[in-house]
Amino acid sequence: MPFVPHTPDDVSAMLATIGASSIDELFDEIPTGLLIDRLEGVPAGLGEQAITRLMHARASRLPARLCFLGAGAYEHHIPAAVWELATRGEFYSAYTPYQAEASQGTLQVTWEYQSMMASLTGLDVSNASLYDGATAFAEACLMAVRANRSGRPRRILVSRYLHPAWLDVARTIVAGQQIELCELPARDGRSDAAALAGIDAAGYCALAVQQPNFLGALEPVDELARWARHQGLLVIGACNPVALAILKPPGEWGDEGADIACGEGQPLGIPLSGGGPYFGYMTCRQSLVRQMPGRIVGRTLDRDGRPGFTLTLQAREQHIRRSRSTSNICTNQGLMVTAATIYLSLLGAEGLRRVALRCHANTRRLVDALTALPGVSLLADGFFHEVVFGLDQPVAPLLEKLAGRGIVGGLDVSAQFPEFGHALLVCATETRTPEDIALYARTLGELLAPSAESREHDA
Amino acid sequence: MSEIPEGLQYSRTHEWLREEADGSLSCGITDHAQSALGDLVFVELPAPGRKVTAGEAFATVESTKAASDVYAPVSGEVAAVNDALEADPGLVNSSPYGEGWLLRIKPAAPAAGLLDAAAYRAELDSAGD
Amino acid sequence: MMPEPLIFEQSRPGRRSPGHAPAEADESRGLPEDALRSSAPLLPEVSELQVVRHFTRLSQKNFSIDTHFYPLGSCTMKYNPRACNRLAMLPGFLGAHPLEPVDNLQGLLECLWELQEMLKAVTGMKAVSLTPMAGAQGELAGVAMIRAWHLARGDGERREIIVPDAAHGTNPATATMCGCDVVEIRTGRDGDVDLEALRQAVGPRTAGIMLTNPSTLGVFERQITEIAAIVHEAGGLLYYDGANLNAILGRVLPAAMGFDVVHINLHKTFSTPHGGGGPGAGIVAVGEHLEPFLPVPVVAREEDGRFVLHGQAQRPNSIGQLSAFMGNTGILLRAYVYMRMLGAEGMRRVADHATLNANYLLARLAAGGFRPAWPGRRASHEFSLSLQDIAREAGVNAMDFAKALLDRGFHAPTTYFPLLVPECLLIEPTETETLETLDAFADALLAIRAEALQDPASVRNAPVTLPVSRLDDVRAARQLDLRWQPLAGEPE
Repeated sequence: MPFVPHTPDDVSAMLATIGASSIDELFDEIPTGLLIDRLEGVPAGLGEQAITRLMHARASRLPARLCFLGAGAYEHHIPAAVWELATRGEFYSAYTPYQAEASQGTLQVTWEYQSMMASLTGLDVSNASLYDGATAFAEACLMAVRANRSGRPRRILVSRYLHPAWLDVARTIVAGQQIELCELPARDGRSDAAALAGIDAAGYCALAVQQPNFLGALEPVDELARWARHQGLLVIGACNPVALAILKPPGEWGDEGADIACGEGQPLGIPLSGGGPYFGYMTCRQSLVRQMPGRIVGRTLDRDGRPGFTLTLQAREQHIRRSRSTSNICTNQGLMVTAATIYLSLLGAEGLRRVALRCHANTRRLVDALTALPGVSLLADGFFHEVVFGLDQPVAPLLEKLAGRGIVGGLDVSAQFPEFGHALLVCATETRTPEDIALYARTLGELLAPSAESREHDA
Repeated sequence: MSEIPEGLQYSRTHEWLREEADGSLSCGITDHAQSALGDLVFVELPAPGRKVTAGEAFATVESTKAASDVYAPVSGEVAAVNDALEADPGLVNSSPYGEGWLLRIKPAAPAAGLLDAAAYRAELDSAGD
Repeated sequence: MMPEPLIFEQSRPGRRSPGHAPAEADESRGLPEDALRSSAPLLPEVSELQVVRHFTRLSQKNFSIDTHFYPLGSCTMKYNPRACNRLAMLPGFLGAHPLEPVDNLQGLLECLWELQEMLKAVTGMKAVSLTPMAGAQGELAGVAMIRAWHLARGDGERREIIVPDAAHGTNPATATMCGCDVVEIRTGRDGDVDLEALRQAVGPRTAGIMLTNPSTLGVFERQITEIAAIVHEAGGLLYYDGANLNAILGRVLPAAMGFDVVHINLHKTFSTPHGGGGPGAGIVAVGEHLEPFLPVPVVAREEDGRFVLHGQAQRPNSIGQLSAFMGNTGILLRAYVYMRMLGAEGMRRVADHATLNANYLLARLAAGGFRPAWPGRRASHEFSLSLQDIAREAGVNAMDFAKALLDRGFHAPTTYFPLLVPECLLIEPTETETLETLDAFADALLAIRAEALQDPASVRNAPVTLPVSRLDDVRAARQLDLRWQPLAGEPE
């Protein structure tokens, strides 16, 4: 079912115009040894009815369950209008807006998005998005190194509790460019501001910190930003955009603010969707705009003096600079950005603030309920909507049993962060109800009990 | 037909040099170069004090369609840059040999291999200008 | 068409779209005061109906495949079947958290594993990683794997990537990102790579060559076997940029042409949506020798039929992770549905009809007086015209033609790419267009040509029927206006 419309008569007429006797003849410039007669290893085509049945069966393998897992991807309520609008064919099936006059819809949406993200992060300018939070962070590292004109080493100080997958991605992407990511001293689940005095800042060109960090804890961003700026380092702030509805934006950290903000845009109206597509956002100070990777939309005038939108600063990009461009990126996550702009329009500042506050209140509720259980302790206070609990027994078997009872109980981070012993990372967004949280606490309590007893028995 | 004033020295990569009273050399891009690039939107200049070697890319000029390197026509030290271009890069288009100058160089050695106006004109003509 | 006010200009203090957020604001108990924001972000305060109208109206200012013929060369703007979107957006896929127990994800992973298998089949390669999130990321993965392979052989000096002058700009940009030097080689007079230039370019520092075939010039590189031999003999590897796979799908396997690593833009050949500029998916496929270096995660099937994700632990030589989780999963699902609907025979017909349509348009336009960039060559699934003659004669350039097409209800072809064709239009009709549409497009281009000769000023003035006329790019770049800022007295 290849969606080709031609009738046999169409094909004959077209071949006659071309002056060819068959479609095969159109491939006559290809050396015959390279041509194959049939494609092996691909099954026969399915009609829409059959593929619909197959996909419903596959989708139904995801069981009904309660999810307390975050770790960089968060379940939020998405208003129905978001994807009804974003999947309109005029957005969904449009190309990159290179022909500006025929793309004013996409361009205006993107410009509105840039305005919203700049304000949310407290910085001057935003690009049109990058692939995801991890790649936005990697690109922020590359950007910081590019912007470093004072000949400092290509080394970046990074907080220990920045998302580990983002660090992996950043290392993959900067691997070819002799850039080193070095760990900031940490204590109690966050960067240790008191240890900054012992660092020789001249050995680095930038400092990067995530707020809240991977473990959900609030970082001492003011102290970090103040120290780094004072030492002449650029500051990269990686932030959860929903948290920014209530948390101090990176542009206001310390005395002068961060220089670059980046992060995962998924919480802004993008479904979990097995890990993607999401989008990465990036904003920065005006003075760094020419170092920023990715597309940027600007407002200008047309020949008749009417305002309109167009891609701008394109001389930074690969199709002009080729091997000397700021990045090889030639896409943004346009459709995701469209959805996020609609989401932010529907929520507004007050709606987003309430979502953020409810996330925090629910997590506080979860902390109260779980720490009432024997053998469960809160490892660090001062969190947004995710926390690490220390347990008195291995986490993995517990998570398995919880899954058996319809609860995705969080992420086992014991191996990644051995300093916490048996450590469980848990998140509660605004989508969890008091009943959900009570059920989680009750179920975990039941699963913990035998183990506590057996230990007493052993003793 | 682009403007090629007498009395300047020209490079094959379309930079010009003019000797100033203090012995420094003013440097810019030629009328031909600015016209080929189109309206400039950004000029990136090196920091004063930087040592440059003849032939080294030491500045960038950007239009909406192209980003082009500017090559040092002579070795030396950057003595001054034209700060007015930050606010108005279009000066390079409107006045490539005047207000649109890029920078001044304190030469470390005499310039070599440059062309006079007639030779530069011949160069452009042979390239089909 | 009326201008659509900015969403910020439609905002009124205190207006809300209730029902999307909690009815009351909870306390911020436990959040330290100095961590909090002091002023609200500038987001609009509007009703749901205002939002729906605003974004609906904005959508109507776009050209799209669903509304217009979109013959954008090298972009493969084919129909995006509705079923692909609907089935990828089933709640059982949308609701899946990427880190939840793998037992919960079996349906999703089965689709992805089968997608890997089908991609192996259409490339002839031995292994696939689905994680790259766009063509440019696939390129990055590919070049990084080539580097890793040389390094693993103790051949770290190989840092040169050869790229034809006609290549897409991402090729050299990627090579630079991977710490390689770019060596550009010229195209010969007939549109094929200049073999002599290639022989001189290869050597002990050659890491590999990046090629698109059919090339970005819209012709099949006939000497591909010789090119592969030259590069392999010099110790380098061949990278296939799959941007133009639509032209040879089911007819030629990239592996058979001698390529070692391939990326495929699923948003081109396999019809996932372009979404106004992404998301895409740029999967990579490799021969056996490069398999250890594939980016992770990779979907694997265990002996009991269970599907799992293999990460760095199972693949210690991997170049690493390229996304926080597992790439643009939802896009991969759309490609999976599309490929299952096409089947093996359908895929072959894609290449057949894409090629038929391109050659038909070329024949009609050449007969009408347009000059093919490569006279005497077959078109692949696309072809380039040079408008240099008419630009000289009438002072109407390729961009003017592009804008005039917009006025006639057609999206413009790719203009000024590849750069080595003067005044270039690169035209790719794809296989999903009817003969009537192709004829209407050819008629429009011929009519514009006639108009250019009679009344060039009117063509240079296009477009006149769209929401805006030509925009001032110079002003946009000189007086950067990148975000909304409330004027004094305007509601915030």
